[in-house]
Amino acid sequence: MFRKPPDAPAGVTVFVAGQPVRMAAGESAAAAVLLADLGFSRSHPVDGGARLPYCMMGVCFECLMVIDGAPGRQGCLVPVREGMRIEPMAGLPDLAGAPP
Amino acid sequence: MELDLAIVGAGPAGLGAAIEAAGLGLSVVVLDEQPAPGGQVHRAIEVRKAAGRLDGEDDRDGAALVAAFRASGAVHWPSVQVWRMDPPAGGAGFRLVATQDGASQVIAAKRVLLAVGALERPAPFPGWTLPGVLTVGAAQILLKSGGNLPAAPLVIAGQGPLPLLFASQLAKAGMVLDLILDTAPAEAWRRALPHLPGALRGWQQLARGLRLMLALRRSPARRVARVREIEALGEHRLEAVRYRTKAGWAQVPATILLVHEGVIPNVQPAMSLGVEHVWDDGQACWRPKLGVDGETSVPGLFIAGDAAGIGGWRVAAIDGRLAGLRAAETLGVSIDAARRSRLRLERRPHAALRPFLDALGRPREELLAPADATVVCRCEMVTAGTVRAAVQAGATGPNEVKIRTRCGMGPCQGRLCGPSLTMLVAEARGVSPAEAGHLRIRPPLKPVTLGDMAGIPLEDRSG
Repeated sequence: MFRKPPDAPAGVTVFVAGQPVRMAAGESAAAAVLLADLGFSRSHPVDGGARLPYCMMGVCFECLMVIDGAPGRQGCLVPVREGMRIEPMAGLPDLAGAPP
Repeated sequence: MELDLAIVGAGPAGLGAAIEAAGLGLSVVVLDEQPAPGGQVHRAIEVRKAAGRLDGEDDRDGAALVAAFRASGAVHWPSVQVWRMDPPAGGAGFRLVATQDGASQVIAAKRVLLAVGALERPAPFPGWTLPGVLTVGAAQILLKSGGNLPAAPLVIAGQGPLPLLFASQLAKAGMVLDLILDTAPAEAWRRALPHLPGALRGWQQLARGLRLMLALRRSPARRVARVREIEALGEHRLEAVRYRTKAGWAQVPATILLVHEGVIPNVQPAMSLGVEHVWDDGQACWRPKLGVDGETSVPGLFIAGDAAGIGGWRVAAIDGRLAGLRAAETLGVSIDAARRSRLRLERRPHAALRPFLDALGRPREELLAPADATVVCRCEMVTAGTVRAAVQAGATGPNEVKIRTRCGMGPCQGRLCGPSLTMLVAEARGVSPAEAGHLRIRPPLKPVTLGDMAGIPLEDRSG
């Protein structure tokens, strides 16, 4: 969906569904999903359809995803960290297994 | 400990207020959702400055504002969600509940300034939930914070200054967009022209806008004007964009569709505090009713910047400063009258363009009253038709529609469907949007876990 030009800064590596993505410090987890071209970051709890981030500024909540095992995180507000694991979220967040 | 001033939002208005108030010796904290100060307009500005990637006067002035804030003595609390705010009660001041990395804290403050900015006007159209459809603002954030470029074929649909600016930024990055669908209605220029003489007082900004428009016309991007409707098509992701002009429907392949229909004030936090709001008919949005220098109907509570009414970042920074001074004054600090007059004078040319832009930017009717099949609530997938049916069945306002249809009940809490709800209820009842009313906004302002609530220190709990 989005691509990083070769000269863009990229000092952090995160893993989107296991696939490594190089990012600049200060970018968000939602940006990582768009760069990974995963196709979806969640399946919608009402219609089951695929969704990707829409507003990137904390308004729409379309970028809810699983970050380092914690479900229901607003990906556009979470800055990337070295080694961060980002997974898409199916339906409603399963809070039962969530780490504190 | 009770602070003198708590500021929510570290964009230009919040930073301006913090600099003034801290400079007068007030204890100030600035709470912000983002990891770094600057707001959406000056996003990642410190990183870009360090990398030598500042671009133009706006960037340079923004970086200077952030640097002045860093040196001001105000406390900056980044990456924090403020999810509950209570007005003063029982002799105590405001109470704000904020959560950062799962740890919750209550902040007590004598005065509060909401500098929570704007959001892109929600623009419901068929297919706007498909992966590959984003806002122009979203794509600009991706470009600013990481240099990321959208995939081709790329279509931009919308109106206002932001698509123009973004198109020029893409061109600088060496990317040509495939199609621009200009959704400004035919009557927009006729409506705006009477405001042109006044706008000439802000000639520098005006000239900049004209330069962007001319650059776009010279670029190889195809441009279609007076687009009345758009549709995003695709099975699991965007594959094509359909659009309607006077000549009928046409269709183009697309991987990314970026939409932008102007910006509206973020009213959610102010509404939760019971601030009186008025319906702005020209801009088709709610805005807080304000007194001098950002004072609201709630004593001790101020609003500045785009959250008070759209004015752009330079107006926001100055209004933030004025609100900071006023907040200090209400705490008994004496204010230099000359400084205040200077700020008001400085504000004028930056605000001069606004009536012109406002008249130009009122969205087309198709956007404000979407067709029955169009989804207006992305969280609960409620269509405009379902909202209209609820009104026909007796719901008189947005809150009753919400109870009957779940429209506005999802995680975004009505941020994206709220304006549509007001417009649809008004249309279906045949009353004004002001009479139709708005959603009642209650805490938590952001979805929080029971853990976040339980994380509030015992001594800070009440009720």
